[in-house]
Amino acid sequence: MKTKQTTKTTYRIPIGPIHPALKEPVAFEFEIDGERIVDVDVSLGHVHRTVEWAATKRNPIQILYLAERICGICSYCHPAAFALAVENIANIEVPERAEYLRVIHAELERICSHILWAGVAAHEIGFDSVLFLTWQIREKVLDLTEYLTGNRITKGIITIGGVRRDITKEHHPKIFETLNYLKDNFEKLRKVFLDDKTFRMRSQGCGILTKEDALKLCAVGPTARGSGVKKDVRVDQAYFSCADLDIECITPDVLTGEVNGDVYDRIIVRLLEVKQSIDLIEQCIDKMPVGDIVSEPKVAKVLATLKKAGGEGIGRMEAPRGEVIHYVKLVEGEEYPFTWKVRAPTYNNIMPWVPMLKGEQIADIPIVAASTDPCMSCTNRVAIVDSGKKYELNKEELHRRSVEKTRRFMA
Amino acid sequence: MMAGKKRLTPEEIVKSFKDEFKAKIKNTRIERRTKGSSKNEFVHIWMKIDKSSFKDSVKHLATLQKYPHLAVASGNDLGKTIELIYHFSIYYGVPLGEISINISVELPKSKPEIETICDIIPGALITEREKQEMLGVTIKGIPDSRRVFLADDFPEGVYPWRKDETGPQKMIRNLHEVKK
Repeated sequence: MKTKQTTKTTYRIPIGPIHPALKEPVAFEFEIDGERIVDVDVSLGHVHRTVEWAATKRNPIQILYLAERICGICSYCHPAAFALAVENIANIEVPERAEYLRVIHAELERICSHILWAGVAAHEIGFDSVLFLTWQIREKVLDLTEYLTGNRITKGIITIGGVRRDITKEHHPKIFETLNYLKDNFEKLRKVFLDDKTFRMRSQGCGILTKEDALKLCAVGPTARGSGVKKDVRVDQAYFSCADLDIECITPDVLTGEVNGDVYDRIIVRLLEVKQSIDLIEQCIDKMPVGDIVSEPKVAKVLATLKKAGGEGIGRMEAPRGEVIHYVKLVEGEEYPFTWKVRAPTYNNIMPWVPMLKGEQIADIPIVAASTDPCMSCTNRVAIVDSGKKYELNKEELHRRSVEKTRRFMA
Repeated sequence: MMAGKKRLTPEEIVKSFKDEFKAKIKNTRIERRTKGSSKNEFVHIWMKIDKSSFKDSVKHLATLQKYPHLAVASGNDLGKTIELIYHFSIYYGVPLGEISINISVELPKSKPEIETICDIIPGALITEREKQEMLGVTIKGIPDSRRVFLADDFPEGVYPWRKDETGPQKMIRNLHEVKK
């Protein structure tokens, strides 16, 4: 790593490859002036598992299950984006009913992911009772996911040309029961996250990303929308059956009338998206036509079709964290793809960290870094280098500092 | 953001590129797909551009939309050449109006060099750094040329996405021989 020139008044702290916010490895190097962050450098790659290379030794159906394992939280959107890319190449028409079912599963995943994130954010500022509250709610959604797909996390529900399980009338009571439970609890969450004094103190005016920066740095998802950029693949380039549904791009001004681009605004966007997702699932169940759930149920036939197909295509969809895009190149007569490029949303949300963190305090690092909902993978050590004297600051210490800052505010 | 500016149709976009770059633009393809019961359409445009005009084409794209969104750049090892494909999208924020534009450029393996676009789209930095380490291309004028994903002790001259002798095949077959 390049050594940066530092002036006498500043010092550098490397943080990571253990993540200060989530439990995944990424290394930061902060240049600090007292408590203020002057500059940030991010280094990545600690969990690079050459998934893309492994895919060139697998057929498209096998890749679906490999793609699922890229990320535990986005275990639906990666195979879905891959399926979209392959369907584009091979001109596979997906039955209408399957498109609706795909939206339902995508939105269930979004609810899980956003509520999980809300709990982590609360934990980062030392509000652990809210962590338990949110994850208790998430548990219900996971139960529903298990009920519908057979699994809580790696769902294995999507396939090329459709989905693997139908949602029938027998499933409806449980779905509505869970959705009503979510609606009942949404108000509780809204109150805690948006009205609570402590939350507002820690999140308002903190970690600001301006609209200009968000556009320039190609930020995606709630990170971009929190800064007022209207970018949402579901609305802009509707995939699945999103075009049939009533979706609007959510920016914080719909609630507060203004956009600040701070952590608070990103909380607003995610919370409102939970509500939006509940609404979308209800719309899907309401509008879903009858019909097939997959264009070709026989896997061997699908693979034979794909072997004959050649060309390149992209699949884009809105994952909980933002736009995910997969590029696939198939060669005629070859069973395995020639190239597979996966781009997860956090890839684009790395650079916006720099303007967000500059000017903030060390105690704000966890909540600001967490506010983009980064997705990498973790360890447990941070070292501070203070004018040659080296001491270590571990995750607990960093977390303790963050909690202390909250306490100072409350005092 | 798009105040006063007319949004172009996919055909007009392709035409504007052809008018601007004439013979330097090849293999243009407009891919239309419909989705859902309402059969709404979305559009992917693909085009190949000569590498001498690549940067100008991105500048041209920036005249259509002030901040074109760069999703990522992907790459292929085509044997004698290396192909880079930049996946842009414009007109985001317009319901059902976003258009994906995929611009590909081929670089000879003997001199795989291309200019940076970080001055037009600062968010391109990470993807450009990744292309350097994964495909062994040189991005001229890149503000930060360090590795992103590969470890610092990964051997020089091995490019994981290449399919020739500089690819990772040797390392994979003999994992036990790779120096730790």
